[in-house]
Amino acid sequence: MAFTESVGSATITGLAYVGGLARITGGAAKALFVEPAHVRKLLTRSVHQAMAVGVEALPIVSLISFFIGLIFALQSAYQLRKLGALQFVATAVAIAITRELGPLMTAVMVIGRSGSSFAAEIGTMKVNEEIDAMETMALEPVRFLVAPKLLAMMLMMPCLTTWADFMGVVGGGLFGVTSGPFTWNSYFLATLNALVKHDILTGLVKSVMFGIVITAVGCQEGFSTGLGSEQVGRSTTSAVVKSIFMVILVDVIFTAIFYFTGSD
Amino acid sequence: MAPELIVKPQESRADGGAAISVRNLRVNYGDREILHSISFDISPGETLVILGGSGSGKSTLLRTLVGLEKPSGGEIWIRGKNFAALSDDSRDELLKKMGMSFQGGALFGSMTVGENVALPLREHTPLDDSTIEIMVRLKLDQVGLSGFENYMPAQLSGGMKKRAAIARALAMDPEILFFDEPSAGLDPIIAAGIDELILKLKKAFRMTIVVVTHELASAYLIADRMILLDKGVIVANGTTAELQKSLQPRVRQFLDRVPEPEISTELDYLQMLTGEVPPLRR
Repeated sequence: MAFTESVGSATITGLAYVGGLARITGGAAKALFVEPAHVRKLLTRSVHQAMAVGVEALPIVSLISFFIGLIFALQSAYQLRKLGALQFVATAVAIAITRELGPLMTAVMVIGRSGSSFAAEIGTMKVNEEIDAMETMALEPVRFLVAPKLLAMMLMMPCLTTWADFMGVVGGGLFGVTSGPFTWNSYFLATLNALVKHDILTGLVKSVMFGIVITAVGCQEGFSTGLGSEQVGRSTTSAVVKSIFMVILVDVIFTAIFYFTGSD
Repeated sequence: MAPELIVKPQESRADGGAAISVRNLRVNYGDREILHSISFDISPGETLVILGGSGSGKSTLLRTLVGLEKPSGGEIWIRGKNFAALSDDSRDELLKKMGMSFQGGALFGSMTVGENVALPLREHTPLDDSTIEIMVRLKLDQVGLSGFENYMPAQLSGGMKKRAAIARALAMDPEILFFDEPSAGLDPIIAAGIDELILKLKKAFRMTIVVVTHELASAYLIADRMILLDKGVIVANGTTAELQKSLQPRVRQFLDRVPEPEISTELDYLQMLTGEVPPLRR
């Protein structure tokens, strides 16, 4: 009985959490697309967020994706060499990076950089009563704080992912050219031949979904910060852990949808 | 079982005599009731000081009056409108006529002082930037902070932060101004300056002012009327002179700053738990 009760209460808590995420995303989406007031101010704030979320993340995203591409090339070459199929390294890297590793690794880096900072920013505002102050001034915190972040994330995640895809391919190319049978030209040609439009598109669709999830979880954790500054640290940690979990969950769902609907 | 009568809460009523009228207000945090059915009125232009010790419910009362907590029962009439029953839009309209100065200032740390004051004007009015700039300068001048437009809140002292917060609360020319512990954490000279500012605002703009505090000196100075809250109920409500003359034990204990008796016997402890007031230590 105790077991069923705990399963039941965990399910209810989980559903309530997802409900909270949906409400925050819905509120922000409404502020963005249905009733956009003060479009110019909203865009200014979004550009500011987009710089922090996207442009400033470029160096780290480039470096990590490059290494992931290189590592993946090394690991796949380890098997392909046995079959005498080293020329398929380019194909393996291209498909793995564009369909899965590019979007996922970008999401993980954005969680570490931006998801955590959303939670810390909103959490600190909560602790300092700034959120309360906003409400007493008849300013809606979701419209004011979450909407620009959501827009920035939805635009920046596909851009960062595209760049990460490219850098991953370059990383794989480094192995292909130095230790494989390729020149840079033939490596890129092999990559282009291996990819179909859907490989890249499914990755980009996922990246937009990841962006929405990271914004929702980061902001939700910020808003649910308790009293006291140590709670901000707790929300930040919790935002990172929950975002990674939610991103993987969304990844599973979308990969399954793409697979079973045969849209890839 | 008799059918429960469901009465749709009224949205407005004609007799708007009082600026704020609180009727049988109850507020719960979870299962715990913090405010037990309290009622009082605040007349327009009056300065009401809500006194009470820690945990008396005075901050909860203030948070409920500005809409940050939802009442679990009762009504709050502000300018003739039932605050808790209003639609979001009408509620926002009413909030724009109210200003709130928080204990720690609650200035937005990522904006300058000027931007903080300008924010409600930018969001709620169609005024152009140059007009807003003039208004910001005017508001900062009223609180004695002219020339601090471009400072970040972190660069200000405690007293200046409070002044900046008051300037932001004044931005929309509110009719009702709320203060949460305006002089808490300030040295006596700075605190006296804040009291003087409140008096100046009251005189200049004839605003209705509600102040929550536990600082008696400041309460005596600024209040037209005082309410003493204890454990979620109003134990006294009257003018400053009436309260000073009161013989009620709890009022006397608070005004004469008599500490709670130490718990030395089991009986004292049980009395404390049941909320019975033990005899005062003289």
